Amino acid sequence: MESTTEIVRLTVNGDRHELGVPTHHTLLETLRYTLGLTGTKQGCDKGDCGACTVLVDGAPTLSCITPVWEVEGKPIRTVEGLASADGPHPLQDAFDLNGAAQCGFCTPGILCSAAALLEDNPSPQRDEVREALSGNLCRCTGYAKIYDAVEAAAARLRGEGPSRPGPGSAADVQETGDRRTDR
Amino acid sequence: MTTPGGNPQSDLNLIGRPMRKVEGLDKSTGRAVYTDDIVLPGMLHGKILRSPHPHARIVSIDTRRAEALEGVHAVITGQDMATPYGIIPWTPDEYPLCTDRVRYIGDGVAAVAAVDEDTAIRAMDLIDVEYEELPGFHDPHAALEADGGSPYVHEAKKEGWNGNITKIVKLEFGEVDAGMDDADVVVEGEYFFEGTTHAPIEPHCAIGLYEGNGKLTVWSATQVPHYLHRELARVLDVDPAKVRVIQPLVGGAFGGKSEPFDLEFCVGKLAMITGRPVKILYTREEVFYSHRGRHPFHMKYRTGATADGKLTSVDAKILLDGGAYASFGLVTTYYSGQLLCAPYEMPAYRFDSTRVYTNKPACGPKRGHGSVQPRFAFEVQIDKLAERVGIDPIEFRRRNFIGSNTRTVNELRVTSNGFLECLASVERASEWADKFRRLPFGRGIGIAGSTYISGTNYPIYPNEMPQSGVQMQIDRSGRVAVFSGASEIGQGCDSVVAYIAAEELGVSLDHVRVMRGDTDFTPVDLGAYSSRVTFMVGNAAIDAARKLKRMIQEAVAEAWEVRPGEVLLSGGLAHWAPDTERQMPIREAFNLAEAKFGTLGSTGSYNTPKDVHGEYRGGTIGASPAYSFTAHAAEVEVDMETGIVDVKKVWVAHDCGRALNPVLVEGQMEGSAYMGFAEALMEEHIFKDADHGRAGLHNAPSLLDYRIPTSLDTPELESLIVESIDPEGPYGAKEAGEGPLHPSIPAIANAIYDAVGVRMDRLPFSPPRMWRAIEAAREAGSLRKPAAPKPTGAPVGA
Repeated sequence: MESTTEIVRLTVNGDRHELGVPTHHTLLETLRYTLGLTGTKQGCDKGDCGACTVLVDGAPTLSCITPVWEVEGKPIRTVEGLASADGPHPLQDAFDLNGAAQCGFCTPGILCSAAALLEDNPSPQRDEVREALSGNLCRCTGYAKIYDAVEAAAARLRGEGPSRPGPGSAADVQETGDRRTDR
Repeated sequence: MTTPGGNPQSDLNLIGRPMRKVEGLDKSTGRAVYTDDIVLPGMLHGKILRSPHPHARIVSIDTRRAEALEGVHAVITGQDMATPYGIIPWTPDEYPLCTDRVRYIGDGVAAVAAVDEDTAIRAMDLIDVEYEELPGFHDPHAALEADGGSPYVHEAKKEGWNGNITKIVKLEFGEVDAGMDDADVVVEGEYFFEGTTHAPIEPHCAIGLYEGNGKLTVWSATQVPHYLHRELARVLDVDPAKVRVIQPLVGGAFGGKSEPFDLEFCVGKLAMITGRPVKILYTREEVFYSHRGRHPFHMKYRTGATADGKLTSVDAKILLDGGAYASFGLVTTYYSGQLLCAPYEMPAYRFDSTRVYTNKPACGPKRGHGSVQPRFAFEVQIDKLAERVGIDPIEFRRRNFIGSNTRTVNELRVTSNGFLECLASVERASEWADKFRRLPFGRGIGIAGSTYISGTNYPIYPNEMPQSGVQMQIDRSGRVAVFSGASEIGQGCDSVVAYIAAEELGVSLDHVRVMRGDTDFTPVDLGAYSSRVTFMVGNAAIDAARKLKRMIQEAVAEAWEVRPGEVLLSGGLAHWAPDTERQMPIREAFNLAEAKFGTLGSTGSYNTPKDVHGEYRGGTIGASPAYSFTAHAAEVEVDMETGIVDVKKVWVAHDCGRALNPVLVEGQMEGSAYMGFAEALMEEHIFKDADHGRAGLHNAPSLLDYRIPTSLDTPELESLIVESIDPEGPYGAKEAGEGPLHPSIPAIANAIYDAVGVRMDRLPFSPPRMWRAIEAAREAGSLRKPAAPKPTGAPVGA
């Protein structure tokens, strides 16, 4: 398998890149190895586990089985592109607050799937959350805390949650405490 | 939350409350660094060539064609690292690369370092290995009965032994035969637990770096940096003082990364040869073949009870299918029997366990090491006994409760014990009384209980040093730095030491930094296994923090001219207890202490009790400073047409001593119950036989074919934390990471019986197996709702 390199034009998290990439490379390889965006993970490299999920044109996409040439010109968003200058995306904060990331390796992919869900459906029922995340394997949590986090983030995006407290502050503890008594 | 003994918060400020994890936002923003995320300048990529044969002699290896390929920097074989190793010091039976024999499909024979991964893959095809195939052992019974007609998997461990035997353990406590005679009912059962594997989402990965001064650094996704440090030094013949192991964040492990692996030695050796950093990342297939997962167990149990539901005797015989190498097998063989003796009182107990080698990937420890399989069998036995004597199975378990502050029949010391509260919690939450034997045919509810260790009193290699150490330092900005060698694999041990530092020293959580996982600057912790970490590193952190706290109290007391004991540290302030309006910012308190004592730092350590175990060979194995307890209730619906078992809900009650952070404890409980559910219904780590492909070939080495539960498969889980406040645990905490897995499987098995009257004694309860069992019961006329037991307390006949 002799590889040749060609130029590919990608727009990742709003940044436009012109990159020399081996022609057989996947989007995942390009993100991780060429751009150094290592937030997106490789779990199986064959489209089974969902750890490599990114958003292409807003749709959850398995980057490990997507040839990089197929996404030329399409907006790509990775876990690194979910946060803004104002701080983490409400999903990212809610994952932290609710213990939804244990080892954290599936987390970037799950966040991308969840972000796409909340774009489409700001008030998902639990079954809709389960359905939306069914392509992302998590081996740590049993998914329960992930549902809590997605629902908490959805509430905040709808303007129903409190503003984000600093980690470890009294308000932070209070907030997580409230979450528990609500259940 | 059930809290025996009053308010658990007492005078604690943070401990016991929901808190963020120290690395939580790093993980959710993609900043968290795992081993494969690290790229070093000039880094080469390695690959390991693996055996296509389950059992063969290596006649020759010719690496010349590979070495000649442009871009290849080095090729190594077994002869380059011909020192055997093994996680258990008494059973070193594997080499980083095979020296003269391969023992399973996937055994490593050579490794390549090349300029990139593609070149390394091409180079592997150019390595010429000549094999002489040998007959393989694929079935543990055949391995046990082998007569030496063909080469055993290994040389005999003892003279006259079959070389396929790793370990035999026979232990007897009390009068087992007399106990059977005393029983009004004896139940015999035969059970089979198919092996399962860990399947962490992060594949194993390691990077080696060898510097000109002779220093070797290895980054690895390992659960045991300290043991890796020792074995790298020994096998690669490098001064241990010149070996550094760095453990980046680990993307899941579950026991699957708890011993040294071939890639860690290979990156080290290849880096030493090439002078360049070398990375090896396993493919998903390699993760399946490296395995070290749950052993297949063939189990026979005889269990006796009196008519009023008291156990009289337990007799077990177990054959463990170990695969090609010993791994932790010596311990697994002991654990298969030693960890069964609570939470029920057993007047007499015997077990006879044998582990054999077979030509399959080595089995080892998976979450609930060695005790998940017997717990399945035993809790089903109890269900059968309870039915035979006509007692509700929860009541049966209550009647046999071993109690707290007692000894098991095999002389393990049990201290705190919240098992009765666990039973009561799931009984109440599941509405057991309304459901057991009362749900419509096809629906059922089941119960099971269990215990597990919070670490082991004796480390893997004998030594008198602490099992865990922590260093802390305080700086002038009001910040606390914790140096912890404990292995963060997602369970939250970095956060635990931060919570403790914040609790003891009165700072907010975001003023604590945790420096972690680097043998150059963090003290030794033995690793993330046997559910030891929170208990041990937690105690070490308390020790370190309280030494600093005393200095700060003394310095502030001197300034205020009060007694040191009256100075409280909390909420970012130092207060005077008699008048809390008298206060100063914690930073000023730290500065006073630094002025008085000099630079502020401390060390803390924890070592286990060494005088509490049975005085018999093996009596130290299973001895733990504290035991956790769990009960599950599971509700299922069985589809008669398809054999699909739909688990509606699992209620999980777990006595974790004290929940230092209930969110993390619930996460461990839910993750454990999920994993047990998966083993009950879905997962089998199996290999083809000669009639169905190539013998010894993994049946399904992918995450599509080896089915682990998705969000749609996983049942609803409800966590019910029970706190028994352990006398020795940090703030009373015990383990929560492995214990809550155990009852999942038998609770589901017992629920299936309640639903349709069919006993499932062979795992997993997959649709074909369930369907066949239903059809067999239909033909036998036994497919029906089992009869309800007599009301509790009613007289029972034999």
